[in-house]
Amino acid sequence: MAAFGSFALLIALALAAYNLLAGALALRLIATGQPLTTPTSKNRSLGTPARISPERLADTARRAGMASFVAVTAAAFALVWSVFSDDFSITYILEHSNRALPGAYKFSALWSGQEGSLLLWAWLLAAYGFVLRLTHKTDVKLYAYAGTILAGIQAFFLAILCFAAPPFALFQGAVPDDGNGLNPLLQYPEMVIHPPMLYLGYVGFSVPFAFALGALMMRYPGERWIKVTRVWTMVTWLFLTCGIFLGMHWAYAVLGWGGYWGWDPVENASFMPWLTGTAFLHSVMMQEKKGMMKSWNVWLIFTTFLLTMLGTLLTRAGLVSSVHAFAQSSIGTWFVVFMGMVLAVCIFTYILQRSHMQSEHQLESLVSRESSFLFNNLVLLTACFVILWGTLFPILSEYVVGSKVTVGAPFYNRVAVPIGLFLLFLTGVGPLLPWRATSLRAIRRNFVLPSIALWATVIVCLVAGARPWKDGALDAGNFYALVAFALSAGVLTAILSEFQRGAGVISRQTGRNLLAATWLLTRRNTRRYGGYIVHIGVVVIVIGLAGAAFNRNVESEMALHDKISIGPYTLVEVGATQDSNANYNSEYALLDVYKDGRKQFQMTPEKRVYLASGQPQTMVAIHSVPEWDLYVVYEGTNPDTGQPIIKAFLNPLVGWIWAGLVVLVLGTLVALVPALSPATAALRVPARTAPTEPALKGGMA
Amino acid sequence: MRSASARLSFWMKAAQAGALAVAVCFSLGATDANSRFNDLGHRLMCTCGCAQLLGECNHVGCPESRREREELKAAIAAGKSDKDIFDWFAAKYGATVLAAPTTQGFDLLAWIAPFAVFGAALLGTILLVRRWSVGATLSMPDPDLASADPDERVRLEKIRRETDSGSDRGF
Repeated sequence: MAAFGSFALLIALALAAYNLLAGALALRLIATGQPLTTPTSKNRSLGTPARISPERLADTARRAGMASFVAVTAAAFALVWSVFSDDFSITYILEHSNRALPGAYKFSALWSGQEGSLLLWAWLLAAYGFVLRLTHKTDVKLYAYAGTILAGIQAFFLAILCFAAPPFALFQGAVPDDGNGLNPLLQYPEMVIHPPMLYLGYVGFSVPFAFALGALMMRYPGERWIKVTRVWTMVTWLFLTCGIFLGMHWAYAVLGWGGYWGWDPVENASFMPWLTGTAFLHSVMMQEKKGMMKSWNVWLIFTTFLLTMLGTLLTRAGLVSSVHAFAQSSIGTWFVVFMGMVLAVCIFTYILQRSHMQSEHQLESLVSRESSFLFNNLVLLTACFVILWGTLFPILSEYVVGSKVTVGAPFYNRVAVPIGLFLLFLTGVGPLLPWRATSLRAIRRNFVLPSIALWATVIVCLVAGARPWKDGALDAGNFYALVAFALSAGVLTAILSEFQRGAGVISRQTGRNLLAATWLLTRRNTRRYGGYIVHIGVVVIVIGLAGAAFNRNVESEMALHDKISIGPYTLVEVGATQDSNANYNSEYALLDVYKDGRKQFQMTPEKRVYLASGQPQTMVAIHSVPEWDLYVVYEGTNPDTGQPIIKAFLNPLVGWIWAGLVVLVLGTLVALVPALSPATAALRVPARTAPTEPALKGGMA
Repeated sequence: MRSASARLSFWMKAAQAGALAVAVCFSLGATDANSRFNDLGHRLMCTCGCAQLLGECNHVGCPESRREREELKAAIAAGKSDKDIFDWFAAKYGATVLAAPTTQGFDLLAWIAPFAVFGAALLGTILLVRRWSVGATLSMPDPDLASADPDERVRLEKIRRETDSGSDRGF
């Protein structure tokens, strides 16, 4: 199987290289209007060169690209087969699997190491490319450009797999009977879906990048390419969002420190392209509607793609310390060179074609939806810079002053949280501002309800006992939480009033009830109202994140019948038990949980020791209700006393984060569905008054 | 003229209030004396290599965190200032024991750069918006409305304005 897999990778590389070279040649010939002439044995005797249509050449390149997907799939299959057949003659299998590993985790061994995860990357990229090339009739020329650029990226990854990080390298020496096993941290159900989901997002940004660069190269007329790119970007953004949140949930449930986001460099690396991708999804509307920000949008996509490459470099080159990082290897150099080449191509192409990027920069008012998008982009990009700066500062410090520093949570909490709150504020303000222009009267009218909701929330929070100060000084955590709750209320009211306003008009015109009118409103403008649902999801997530300011925890050694109390709960130790299977031994603490003197349920936090690796791992017990999570960690036994050590957390509103993700996904799916029909097509009503100039002007009166 | 002046005054006040709010946000820090151990524990790193904050390191039998916590408790009990405690830890374990850069020397750049970039970008955006702003102009009627009769155009436009959709379809 190792030989088959290696051969499949070589074939895939050859096909991708052909796609790149033949595709580039064909597109060049098409651009210059020349046919390709080649001497063949038949026509050489006649003294005339054969003519090959560049279109045909481009088609052979496209088919080669599709065939490369088949070859990479064969290689991925070979690796999975090798894992399931316990072929420990392959070094990768030996290091990342063992005989007792459950089937699902054997499958996840595909991406648990450097080589395997690169193969997964190459396979996903090939799969995206396959779909793109399959749908080439949408716009043959644009898709040919995009397919050729994707082939270049594919060739890079396949070259790494063939020459720098071969997944089928054979073990030198006597082959052991069993493997080293999978990292215990990865033996958790979410780890079977989190990495592929994240990779789908990461890899997916190659497609909008290819479209953007291709459109720039061919001086694509009009804005249609941006519509195609937007759909791909939304799908990719959705995958990346899900991947990030699955990673957060995994960290929360497995790492046992009570949190879900540690500002780890690799977490940051996944967040940065998300921020620039989000900025693109907003600013692209300026281009579609107003013909503005063409260069900006192109560079946002270029930057997003380069950030995905940077994230990969950070994870794999050992540049930064991270719990996610793979072993240090030489492939960092490959990535640096590739990023340099990509950047050079982007800059060169942009300079060459910049005349095509002329925008119509006209704003009718400082206070308009257009301006809010500009500020939205400003904040998102600043947040991205802050995270990039914080991630790379230790390297910079070591280079400049010779000593490494840590840039951890305290830095980001102080710098990034206020920026996030400002972004939340804009999330509420943006939808209230119409396109083009507005008036003070309209602003007052639109902002009254959200402002009332905002201040009412402040008062309710203060009455409920939230105190943004302590001992005469401001308490940063509580203050930010209060601001987040208040802004969330304001934003939610603003969005819901937008729904209510639109649905009210349809309800009056069609006689439908408000619910049916809201449904019709959303179906008629899925993109806009899907976007609003996404914003609602973001608000729900922010509420959940703000709950972290009120986290509590207690740690104690617990003998039989000992109690610890946290919030309204009392935990009573009623025993411990052990279990074992072929993969690991485990110890459980049995804790009865009481509330108001009555037993509610039992929790069984667990500690495992994996046999193959000998590594321990906690399995947290979580009881989740809308108000909070009761989160209990069995940290092991005190070696001196032999008593179990239990750490319990009461984490308010964590469930809202996961619920918010569901709303966000739903909103994105709604936005991806084509709109039913123009918003007013069915609203034919009898005429009553003559038109006036202001009425035709649009925007808010 | 008075209206323009009032409008300017409104925006000036709004801008001042916004700037003040941002300044307050950026200048905040935890100063709770009663939870000093907890606060400082979240500003120091565990040095065992787990990449966790000292206050959050949850390894049973961790070779470093227990000792570090004892040292932190002793330093607080001795009445040392935050700066003295950080200096002591940095001298003993190296600068990486501090969970965030200091505000001295090259480290200061870590704190300044984000705000400098944000300020520059904000200024740039405001200037850009002002430059692109061409004042209120009459826009062209929506092509969708061109074929409609005048009365219907008004009604359709009214609905579109109220729902803010139609020609501005999209988000």
